[in-house]
Amino acid sequence: MARVVGGIGTSHVPSIGAAIDLGKVGDPYWRPLFDGVQPARKWIEDVKPDVVIVVYNDHASRFALDMTPTFAIGVGEQFASHDEGYGPRPVPVCHGDPAFAWHLVESLVLKDEFDLAMVSEMTVDHGLTVPLSLMFGKPEAWPCKIIPLCVNVIQYPQPTALRCLRLGQALRRAIDSYGPEIKVAIFGTGGMSHQLQGERAGLINAEYDKMWLDRMESDPDSLSRIGHTELLREAGSEGLEIIMWLIMRGALDSAVRRVHRFYHVPASNTAYGLLVLENA
Amino acid sequence: MQSVRQRDYDDIPGTYVFDGERCWKGFSLNMFCKSLDVAANRDAFRRDPDAYLSGFDLSAEQRSAVTQRNWLEMLRLGGNIYYTFKLAIFDGLTMQHLGAAMSANPTSVDEFRSMMISGGRPISGNRSVKEQCNG
Repeated sequence: MARVVGGIGTSHVPSIGAAIDLGKVGDPYWRPLFDGVQPARKWIEDVKPDVVIVVYNDHASRFALDMTPTFAIGVGEQFASHDEGYGPRPVPVCHGDPAFAWHLVESLVLKDEFDLAMVSEMTVDHGLTVPLSLMFGKPEAWPCKIIPLCVNVIQYPQPTALRCLRLGQALRRAIDSYGPEIKVAIFGTGGMSHQLQGERAGLINAEYDKMWLDRMESDPDSLSRIGHTELLREAGSEGLEIIMWLIMRGALDSAVRRVHRFYHVPASNTAYGLLVLENA
Repeated sequence: MQSVRQRDYDDIPGTYVFDGERCWKGFSLNMFCKSLDVAANRDAFRRDPDAYLSGFDLSAEQRSAVTQRNWLEMLRLGGNIYYTFKLAIFDGLTMQHLGAAMSANPTSVDEFRSMMISGGRPISGNRSVKEQCNG
């Protein structure tokens, strides 16, 4: 049977991808961040997942205002890097796992009543590719299959934090009921506190981020009851992305063991957070 | 649209929550920006900005904000930062440039970068308009 080997929460700041692509990881600005990520890279190198489900959001790339699915899952065979305005990031194409992805969809829709949009053709942007680069560096090919799970966090109303936690729990049931012997990791991406827009641009709330990192481990239920206005106010208008970490957390056991935790300000205009968890 | 409806997020200072009303109001502006993720469109916009903009149903105010690269005004007219940033990428600007341009303080890119390196804009005093006034 398929088995969950753990989860990673990580920010997906585009400039981190640019630093990797342009060979700037050793620069004084970036070095502390990449040093802090090393233990997570070591962990994933050791556990070697066969499939990573990446929970991320699309930033006006594959989806735009003409259509905004709340939750969408990539069921295709491959997902190329989207041109976000600079030309596509020079990263390997993601190979999907259609058989597994369709199993997840059937379980989520039929058994748990999570009605995800099913997407056969999709490009993926920095929201998905930056976490892969952070964890795997610059390989010729990604070392595992990738299933994109895209969440709307841009267009209000976004799904609630509680809905995200419950989707993660349903995702776990779907993974556990898959026959093939595969190891599955889940990445919850986005956050931590940041505000890109308006007069309050540059907002960082380290205390609030630390509370999230604490409770992601010990008390995700309390985080799932936080409303959007609190998130917009405290974590910043773009910091609301952090709800996507709860999908990852929901897919793990109630009791988890922390493998690694790291927090760093700034990555561009954003607080960078990283959490690696295994089932206890 | 219930534009007169009060929202509990309205009192978050300097924050343009991208709700349904803004989606509807800013649709053409944002879709113009979105179109710049296609290389051929970037070339066309570079060749003849006016002609390219005429292909989108922008209001006079929106068009003026785009032409003047008034980043804050674009948000006020329904722009979403992830969309307007595509125009900034076209111009070769970073998110720090936009942060400095949209916020009254700090005003220069270097100051904005320094603020971020020093821990970012503090939450204290910036939670609500009321808190800002008291602060």
